[in-house]
Amino acid sequence: MLAQRSSDLGPPRQRQIAFDTVTSEASKNPVCIEIQSLSLWYGPTQALRSVSLIVPERQVTALIGPSGCGKSSLLRCLNRMNDLIPGVRVSGGCRVGGVDVQDPQVDVTQLRRRVGMIFQKSNPFPQSVFDNVAFGLRIGGCSGSELEGRVASALRRAALWDEVRDRLGENALRLSGGQQQRLCIARAVAVEPEVLLMDEPASALDPVSVGRIEDLIRELREDYTILMVTHHMQQAARLSDQTAFLHQGELVEVDRTDRIFSQPRDPRTEDYVTGRFS
Amino acid sequence: MIRRIPAWLFPRLTGAVAWALAGLVLSLILGISLMAWPHLSWAAWVGPEGRASNPLDPRSVHLAPLLVGTAARTFLMSLAVIPMGILTAVYLAEYAPSGSRAAGLLRWLVQVLAGVPSVIFGLFGLGFFVGVVGGGLDRWTGDLASPVWGRPALLWASLTMALMTLPVVVVATEEALRSVSQDLRVAAIALGATRLQVLLRILLPNALPGMATGVILAIGRASGEVVPLLFTGAAVATQGSLALNERFMDLAYQVFVLSTQSPDPQASRPLLLASVWALVFLSLLLNAGAAILRSRATPAAPDRL
Repeated sequence: MLAQRSSDLGPPRQRQIAFDTVTSEASKNPVCIEIQSLSLWYGPTQALRSVSLIVPERQVTALIGPSGCGKSSLLRCLNRMNDLIPGVRVSGGCRVGGVDVQDPQVDVTQLRRRVGMIFQKSNPFPQSVFDNVAFGLRIGGCSGSELEGRVASALRRAALWDEVRDRLGENALRLSGGQQQRLCIARAVAVEPEVLLMDEPASALDPVSVGRIEDLIRELREDYTILMVTHHMQQAARLSDQTAFLHQGELVEVDRTDRIFSQPRDPRTEDYVTGRFS
Repeated sequence: MIRRIPAWLFPRLTGAVAWALAGLVLSLILGISLMAWPHLSWAAWVGPEGRASNPLDPRSVHLAPLLVGTAARTFLMSLAVIPMGILTAVYLAEYAPSGSRAAGLLRWLVQVLAGVPSVIFGLFGLGFFVGVVGGGLDRWTGDLASPVWGRPALLWASLTMALMTLPVVVVATEEALRSVSQDLRVAAIALGATRLQVLLRILLPNALPGMATGVILAIGRASGEVVPLLFTGAAVATQGSLALNERFMDLAYQVFVLSTQSPDPQASRPLLLASVWALVFLSLLLNAGAAILRSRATPAAPDRL
């Protein structure tokens, strides 16, 4: 199942990228994720073209762009979930908290505990609410009263505790769609990662649930570095500090969110954020 | 041409065939029950007193020891086939490189095993388990004059049956493992689970109903199967002891013997009818169990996306 990773097979193609457009000079926060000339191929198809991006700590960075532009591929590079897809090749590098993610020596299970992921479609395990949140903790060897405490605190962090405190033993699939997604966030947060990757976390939810997820993301921003893929312009504008626009595998522009939406430098960005193409 | 077939024809034709079959099955069950009913007294189950069975007198044989023998060989078979089948299926579903020749060959061999006639399994059991394994054990323990293991016995019959039902368990388990949602797998991996943790904590628990269905179907097939037992250890009557290296009494075998080789068909008729009834209801029970597990295997909670 795990694809052979062979980052050294990428064509030796170095494109010059203007670094002044990729560093977010707006942020005072230290750098958390540093992506450098990252290219990615699915078999013969190139999905990312020498993307460079700096993600500051404890901020929300939104990745926007039309479908198939490589947003999710970029996200999956950061916790090596791309390893699961056969035929993936990566060149260039990315560092999370100074650790080279693409390094073959890196312990991917440890990496994934530091870089949590929330998926578009909520995917709770068909087990109790408690067992869902406890999953990551248990495989890390946590048990007993410590486990209970950490599950409770993760549920509180995900703003779900008040709704499920009396339903901890109930099957998670009985929760509503929005609750399920917050449960998945609680499950990711429980192992205390540094980074949360969110792949369109609210796109399959009703407006009320979207609102609650967005409130939650605003709160989580205080403690986690969040990298979020979204198709929803307003959501990116509302939530993120920094926005990166990807188009056909290329990182076209990255800047403070207000600037991306008010005075984008690249005409493609302007066309996209004003809805001229999608 | 097709347009000229009236619209009512196919619904009625297919319905008629299906319901005719259902009627046949129901009348079979009902008929057997009616015929066996007078012979299902308490005495038919346990006998008037605990005297040893006399092979020449069917009236001295009772249902209880037959059921015990069948249960014992089925239980032993399960002990062998469940781990073997699950391990094979886990390899095929999880570890064998997908699309590889080795995995394809293995799958093909499992299918071949499923297609082998039961009489061949019987002969193989006799040759391999009784002759090679049992005989080997006897040679090893150095007692060739009076074989302890190298003769048809409960253990060898059970292992032969395990081999015969292995494909059912392998196919059902592999199918169940593959049908665990990819989302769950991905969710577990994203939380830092290793491959083994994904298997043990996500795949196997969620595949459990499907695996149990396969095991019950295997037990259902084996419990009513006679042919391999002819060679590997069933007996018309025993001293009542149940040992791994002894012959054993068996419900299905008894039905076969009483209906084809009874010296006194009139005298053996009550026991035959009672045995047939017990066999039919055993298989009904096992199939009902499999059906219940299958219905549990489908997601219980409504999809609320």
